[in-house]
Amino acid sequence: MQNLRYARQNETVGTTTETGQDGGPNTIMQAQTDVAEPAPMPGDTSNTREIAIDARKISKIYRGEDEVRALDNVSVRIRRNEFFTLLGPSGCGKTTLLRVIAGFEPPTSGQLWLNGKDISRLPPNKRPVNTVFQNYALFPHMSVANNIKFGLEMLGKPKAEINQTVEEMLTLVQMQAMKARRTSEISGGQQQRVALARALAPKPEVLLLDEPLSALDLKLRKEMQMELKRLQHETGITFIFVTHDQEEALTMSDRIAVMSAGKILQIGSPQEIYQRPAERFVANFIGESNFLDARLSGGSVTLKAGGTFPVENPANVADGDVSVLLRPEHAFLSDAEDALPARVETVVYSGEATSMHTRLEQSGEPVKLRLANAPTGSGMPEEGAQVRIGIQPGALSVLKD
Amino acid sequence: MAYVTPESEALPLDAPAEPGALEAEHSSRDVRQRWFLSLPSILIIFFFAAGPLSVMLLYSFLTPGNYSGVKWEFSTDAWSSILMQRDIFDDTLQWADAHLSIFWRSLSLSMITTALTLIFGLPTAWFISTRPPGRRELWLFLMTVPSWTNLLVRTIAVQEMIRAEGVINNVLVFVGIVDEPVQMMFTNFAIGLGMTYVYLPLMVLPIYAAVEKLDKRLLEACYDLYASRWQAFYRVILPLVKPGIIAGSILVFVPCLGAYVVPRVLGGGKNLMFGNLIELQFGAGRNWPLGASLSFTLMVIVMVALIFYIRVTSQERKDG
Repeated sequence: MQNLRYARQNETVGTTTETGQDGGPNTIMQAQTDVAEPAPMPGDTSNTREIAIDARKISKIYRGEDEVRALDNVSVRIRRNEFFTLLGPSGCGKTTLLRVIAGFEPPTSGQLWLNGKDISRLPPNKRPVNTVFQNYALFPHMSVANNIKFGLEMLGKPKAEINQTVEEMLTLVQMQAMKARRTSEISGGQQQRVALARALAPKPEVLLLDEPLSALDLKLRKEMQMELKRLQHETGITFIFVTHDQEEALTMSDRIAVMSAGKILQIGSPQEIYQRPAERFVANFIGESNFLDARLSGGSVTLKAGGTFPVENPANVADGDVSVLLRPEHAFLSDAEDALPARVETVVYSGEATSMHTRLEQSGEPVKLRLANAPTGSGMPEEGAQVRIGIQPGALSVLKD
Repeated sequence: MAYVTPESEALPLDAPAEPGALEAEHSSRDVRQRWFLSLPSILIIFFFAAGPLSVMLLYSFLTPGNYSGVKWEFSTDAWSSILMQRDIFDDTLQWADAHLSIFWRSLSLSMITTALTLIFGLPTAWFISTRPPGRRELWLFLMTVPSWTNLLVRTIAVQEMIRAEGVINNVLVFVGIVDEPVQMMFTNFAIGLGMTYVYLPLMVLPIYAAVEKLDKRLLEACYDLYASRWQAFYRVILPLVKPGIIAGSILVFVPCLGAYVVPRVLGGGKNLMFGNLIELQFGAGRNWPLGASLSFTLMVIVMVALIFYIRVTSQERKDG
């Protein structure tokens, strides 16, 4: 299944390059700024057929005592059968975007297309889009089965079909035994499954998930992450998943959009987002990072701390003074001549790895290293020790500030 | 476990309690405390509810005194004359519909009033509960302000609105919609209007409490699942605020059935309701036993109505 998943992912990633700018293999998809108007042409089938949600320059401004731009000219195209994640800190606009897609919030400006149709004006109950709410919002006075049935009944499906679909959904989320229970009588994880089944039952074209795992404990959350991936795979429905948990986003998504202050900063596969973040914010938000001052010239950087290295430049930053990203696990202790001299400040053991905080001799910049622990333990330098830090090939990446 | 010396452990200072003895002691202490705490309410209920009711029950089986009070002679007249009348000439019992029509007026007006307060009260409660948190208290406050005024004064204010030379008629005549004042006073309409006005807060408050508890996100879930506004109301809002509606209906219906001031002022001498009929027996009618038996009849009607109402409304939809 995993292989299949990758095959599909690669295929969809392959199609992105045509829309991208002149970038290399790690293209940043249309960031927040003006995208060429992607109006669906009658003859143009190759592109639009792939797109489920096409949000065009959507802004959402809350006017009050002080104006809040919850969404600032956001454009994003989400492909069919994609597990797409909106990732960002709270207040970044990710939930607002989800609510705009669901139809709960009318956008201040911009258009929303779903499978080639403009749905900007449709109320939520006319959109073939269902939501898994953060608090699940299950109907407390109904049984599990009746919750799942609700959407189908509202659509006026024939009774036999409804009952069949409900059974299917109960099987899909493994809740057959609980179908007669009230939703208040089941656990949080089970409520989560019912909420999923209820949203999936009407077979929506897009499923929206608003931080659905945030209320679950860690173990259950891990389980449900796998479960969600399985469900997405089995149903073939486009999932748009909102989370502030970067690890969750990296684990589950086909593509991730990182948002901040109402804008989409970067869209890409988990690998692209993690390894080649375009901006400092993205790098900082996802995983741990070291930022090093450097001078960019051509395809390589000269670090303030010394040494010249080839560098990736995903955001096409112009030559000059730049910040480069070094992930802690891409740095290592080295005896090589060109390794950077540093002094160890603190050493923190955390089971499978050791985090080492060092300070570079030449530039005075702090660098964090994450070193895998050997089975025989120790062997790590003590605090205050002189070390040399090596950088794995391809580890450095230029950031747009 | 080396530090445990079995000898010393086996010889505690006090003899070990029997299994369960401690629990029994604890629970009997609990029971005593509960009784002690509830004693004041038990005494109050006994003296001020059960006591007077027993006196009433006793009176209803006695003979009316000459001027007021009762004579200590057993009689079932008070009970038979609820629906029967003794012919003045030949002393036979005859079917009397005077009381029956009063019962009917009381019942029907109470039901209509309950329905009206529900129709007006539900949207009001919804409105209040959807205001921003600071504003809700203001609206609730405004809702209850009229109740601070004396009931009689409020009722007379209604009279001032609807009487022949009152505000409404004056306006209607002045604008030319009607040629002469519409007779509104001393009608069932007047009583219904007055009671709806007076008892509306009793409907709004419990419904508000239920609506406020209702998770508004459930409505989004409804719309998300293709429900229309009506379907969301009928399938989700109504079942969830039902406890509030039931409580409000009881709070309105029961005092309506026994209402005294409003029908007295707005219904006049002709349009009696149950409360007025009872009052009449203890006052001008000088028939305390009949008043007592009527009071019991009212109580039974209220109980039967409530049991019926709760039975009907608490019938669950068949959950699949």
